[in-house]
Amino acid sequence: MSKLIKPGSASLRIWQLLLLAAILLIWYFASLDPKVAFFFGQPLEVWGRIWAWFITNGDIYRHLWVTLAETVLAFFIGTVSGLGFGLWLGLSNTASAILDPYIKAANSMPRVILAPIFGMWFGLGIWSKVALAVTLVFFIVFFNVYQGVREVSPTLLDNARMLGAGRRQLLRHVYLPSATSWVFSSLHTSVGLAFVGAVVGEYLGSASGVGYLILQAEGTFDVNTVFAGIVVLTAFALLLDYIVGLGEQRLMKWQPKTGETEKI
Amino acid sequence: MAEAALSLEHITCTFVSRDGGGKRYTAVQETSLSIAPGEFVSVVGPTGCGKSTLLNVGAGLLAPSAGQVQVFGQPLQGINARAGYMFQGEALLPWRSALENVIAGLEFAGVARPEALERGREWLRRVGLGGFEDRYPHQMSGGMRKRAMLAQTLIRDPDIILMDEPFSALDIQTRQLMENEVLELWMAKRKAVLFITHDLDEAIAMSDRVVVLSAGPGTHPIGEFAIDLPRPRDVAEVRTHPRFVELHAAIWGVLREEVLKGYAQQKRA
Repeated sequence: MSKLIKPGSASLRIWQLLLLAAILLIWYFASLDPKVAFFFGQPLEVWGRIWAWFITNGDIYRHLWVTLAETVLAFFIGTVSGLGFGLWLGLSNTASAILDPYIKAANSMPRVILAPIFGMWFGLGIWSKVALAVTLVFFIVFFNVYQGVREVSPTLLDNARMLGAGRRQLLRHVYLPSATSWVFSSLHTSVGLAFVGAVVGEYLGSASGVGYLILQAEGTFDVNTVFAGIVVLTAFALLLDYIVGLGEQRLMKWQPKTGETEKI
Repeated sequence: MAEAALSLEHITCTFVSRDGGGKRYTAVQETSLSIAPGEFVSVVGPTGCGKSTLLNVGAGLLAPSAGQVQVFGQPLQGINARAGYMFQGEALLPWRSALENVIAGLEFAGVARPEALERGREWLRRVGLGGFEDRYPHQMSGGMRKRAMLAQTLIRDPDIILMDEPFSALDIQTRQLMENEVLELWMAKRKAVLFITHDLDEAIAMSDRVVVLSAGPGTHPIGEFAIDLPRPRDVAEVRTHPRFVELHAAIWGVLREEVLKGYAQQKRA
């Protein structure tokens, strides 16, 4: 069988689709039993729910919009502030020495527990969810940038200084691009976490959003809607990840790709 | 002799280890070295003897523990702005294309972009990289990267050129080509060059003067040889010159013992 699967070829895609079909079929036949259907839902029902959300009723767009807005806002705020703080602390030994224990504490704290506090501070609108997701995204980006700044090759720095670069120019032309490559390696993780933050925030208290829909459905043991919500969230998480990948390709074209031969 | 382009006076560099043990290591001790404008001076010595330390002091990247550096009669403070430094390792910015790398120095100095680009293209052609302007460093071979680094250093037209084993990572053929190219560029401009190498052949073939350093710790010059070979030279052909052989024997006589000493120390460590 392994001979039939060549990486990158069309047959690989076919095998992937076959696997999906197999899972759906098993799910379908297993859920003919009403007990199983109660706990796991039925694929056709789930599909019907999604169809109704997007096509016949068209009532998911408001919720999806809220969740995506929270995710994107948190992603940008978290990334930019993480980048800024990472650069600052990476470059300033004094500041990083003073703040070190606090950063460790803030990072090891289970930050989901901040959700109720953010709810009190920012209300039940989108900003409490954005705040929660920002705390998740911020630390990922922050640590990557901090590490990136610390590990800039000393030869690169010395060379830039010998070429006459001042402090600002070092920051602009050496530290920032170097940190950017680290940021991008963390963006796939952080876009996922932004989504997690937004949905968990909604789940813990809100009046709109996909997390809210799932919470409502769970309250009435409507497992099909719960699964439909999960499917929609997964699809959009993949979409966001894909968009980040596109941005990465554009900005990081200078990076060697694995397997690319060196052109002489 | 006219005012030296670069003069290191009684330089001592002592490093204190960071692990709190307060261990001291004196890399360079009481070293004086001066390079006249237009002179090509090579420094040879066993590995790990503090050659690069000396060069970093001359570049202003490292402040000496004692002693003074003078650049054209002025005491050096901070980075040596009149010097260009060609590093041993990879020093090109990986996120910039060859052309963007070459014009980095001009950009930092605030040269207008069209002019910088034009000069950058010209320098790339001069080092044999015409047509490779848009390559990123990872798309270039080791020799091409060295050429780009050479153009990047020389485009600023520095009065002093510092080179730290610039070709040590290259294969012998590429290396000889690059050495000849550097000599040619140097003959045209006649800048002061301080060239660090561990390769005695390279040092003799290229320089006006070869300085031999002792093994560390406490490295200091133990010999100085004027190289009176005729110029222009071809680094491959000059090796067969009888005077080259004589000089090689004389310098190796001084260097050999230090190399053995350095080797024994490294084995012990």
